[in-house]
Amino acid sequence: MDVLDLTRLQFAVVTIYHYLFVPVSISLSATAAGFHLAWLRTGREKYLHLTKFTGKLLIVTFAVGVVTGLVQEFQFGLGWSSFARFYGDVFGPTLAIEGMLAFFLEATFLALWYFGWDRLPRRLHAATIVVVAVGTLLSAYIILAANSFMQNPVAYALDPDSGRAHLTSFTELLTNEVVLAAFPHTMGGAAMAGGGLLMAIGIWRASADTAFRTLSRVGAWTMLIGGAVTAISGDHLGKVMTAVQPMKMAAAEALYETTTGAPFSIFAIGELGHDRPFFSIEIPGLLSFLGTGSFGGTVQGIDDLQAAYTAQYGPGSYVPMIPVAFWTFRLMIGAGVLGMALAAYHLWSNWETTRRVPLLPGFLQPGAGTPRWLTRFVLLAPVLPAAANTFGWIFTETARQPWLAFGISTVADGVSPGLTRAEVIVSLAGFTLVYGLLALVWYRLVVHLSRKPLVPEASPVDVPDPAPAY
Amino acid sequence: MITFWFAVLVLAWVLYFVLEGFDFGVGMLSPVLGRDEHERGAIVRTVGPFWDGNEVWLVAAVGVTFAAFPDWYAALMSALYLPMVAILLLLAVRGTALEFRGKHDSPSWRRRADLLLAGSSAGIVALWGAVLGILVDGLALGSGGEVTGTGLAAVLLGATFLALRTTGPVRRRARDVARHTGTAGAVTLLLTGVGTGSRLTLAAAGIVFIAGLQARRSREGTAFAAVAVAVAAAVAAVFTAHGDVVLRSTLDPAWSLTRDSAAAGPEALRLITVAGVLILPGVLVYQAWSYWVFRRRVASERVPS
Repeated sequence: MDVLDLTRLQFAVVTIYHYLFVPVSISLSATAAGFHLAWLRTGREKYLHLTKFTGKLLIVTFAVGVVTGLVQEFQFGLGWSSFARFYGDVFGPTLAIEGMLAFFLEATFLALWYFGWDRLPRRLHAATIVVVAVGTLLSAYIILAANSFMQNPVAYALDPDSGRAHLTSFTELLTNEVVLAAFPHTMGGAAMAGGGLLMAIGIWRASADTAFRTLSRVGAWTMLIGGAVTAISGDHLGKVMTAVQPMKMAAAEALYETTTGAPFSIFAIGELGHDRPFFSIEIPGLLSFLGTGSFGGTVQGIDDLQAAYTAQYGPGSYVPMIPVAFWTFRLMIGAGVLGMALAAYHLWSNWETTRRVPLLPGFLQPGAGTPRWLTRFVLLAPVLPAAANTFGWIFTETARQPWLAFGISTVADGVSPGLTRAEVIVSLAGFTLVYGLLALVWYRLVVHLSRKPLVPEASPVDVPDPAPAY
Repeated sequence: MITFWFAVLVLAWVLYFVLEGFDFGVGMLSPVLGRDEHERGAIVRTVGPFWDGNEVWLVAAVGVTFAAFPDWYAALMSALYLPMVAILLLLAVRGTALEFRGKHDSPSWRRRADLLLAGSSAGIVALWGAVLGILVDGLALGSGGEVTGTGLAAVLLGATFLALRTTGPVRRRARDVARHTGTAGAVTLLLTGVGTGSRLTLAAAGIVFIAGLQARRSREGTAFAAVAVAVAAAVAAVFTAHGDVVLRSTLDPAWSLTRDSAAAGPEALRLITVAGVLILPGVLVYQAWSYWVFRRRVASERVPS
């Protein structure tokens, strides 16, 4: 691999890793706020214990998100300094505003909330976790707006002398039609990730405390509602994408020829080339429906787009990696749908009812209880949404290739000049090693925290509160 | 506008080095001042609510550098590729060690977290020292002087902060460390100042000496403030060392980056000005509030059970 590919690989590794933890933090901060407000309103001890438990999970996950997020901000200068120079006016302010507006809010108020139980008045204290939850959403929105610029550049002008992009309107950058569609889609996916984690812990520990049963139900509902939001907004995002990045949609189906009433294959065996694959299950007209909203709509094919782009941008290949696009798109949808099904099944089988549905076998009856196989494969609940999020991002980013910012400059133009293979290999190895260990420690800690009893044992001695230092 | 943003940039870096500086110092001192697991726990708790907010100043400083001076950001990061990667990796280890330490009850877990915290803190301080040295000397590695100086500054910041924020044996020991490093630092600075004839260095020697003295008289707040002022002045001096030139080329002065040549376009500067004026004062207020909320000292003595 050359420097460019290695740098791409490094960016992919640190970004994918970062985004395993971010959605969980987004989701858990909202859930913790929900539990806290529920406790404030009802005064039920159960909610207090769940608030504190979710808070612990949040704080360890947030810590990993923070330290890996820091890397992200440096990455644009480390590996992609040409990109940083040319888009500095667009990207720099966006990242700076994200840091000043959202990240400070999250970090400071999360600490105020976590350590502030006996330091702040009750309502004010509850407000701090709400601020954290709002902060994570703000963060996500601004970062998605920056990413959406790369998918669909808006609100910029190219300087004729330096060739650098200048920002013309921040409002326009923030209301890019791609970010408007991508934000609910991504947040739905984030909700699923945290919901899956809570559902898994809830099921695993159900016998220890009834509060864990509540936890598993809250997790499953979060997953289900998040999944619904993801699906509905994903449909809209698909249409926006077909309009602004038609090559991406064509790559998602490996559709070479422009087709009216284009089908969508659920599964395929064989090469995804110009010839039809060896075997595939297709739903007629579905791709056209996803892309245009009508089963009879026309979806542009890869060959026509390549010809059009060559005419517009000059010779070169404008086709992304087709098998990657094709499969990640399917794996994203598949993992998401399976996750939703798991959540729905959990809720259905724990529904407190005496109703029987005729013709259904016993384990599918409502209120049949969580079957043993589900407790054994409970890890699927957080893994499926995490996989769906990851595949979704791999699809979005690889099917943007060869563009860095669509239609303006390519990824090859953005890499730092003078970077050596050795430098990238050393840093890639360092990140992989440290991040790998971090993931293991995080997992161990989450398991440990979940094993502890929800109700803490009272501390034996009352420690006198020392005087203020200032 | 460019001068204004340069000032904001220096302020962000100064706040980062002062704030994170003391929690680096606390990290480095934890195995020295904490004789047992309980005391080390108390030491880590003094920065528990603050370190994350402090670290966001790095995000702000880098963000402002990127936003206002994209060329500087691009040149600095890609030229210092491996040192920056090393800092990031160590920050990752440190942040998680700090946050994960208290979440597990096993003594071996906590011992490992303490070691990682101290080691990574020391490593980061040394690396930042080298990077600051590079900012002064241009892109060629300088002597070890900056590294030692930065280490000393972090220890002094950490010691005065711990003296201010704890009670009992840790407070006593932190005060001793502050007094000794204060005297040692003041003597070193005095000698350097006399040798080079730099008034700034002589002033720093005075401040550091006063800090040590104040720590001894248990006026820890004044001691910490004095050290913070000295560190802030030093960082500001690094950033303004070459006047208009922000990054000096050692190969050819004509290749050096100046404020004007590295600055972003007027639209971007206008945008971050509006955003900065609206947002940053609020940030300073709520961060100050968080320091006020957690103003109580942390007890380091053991309660007999």
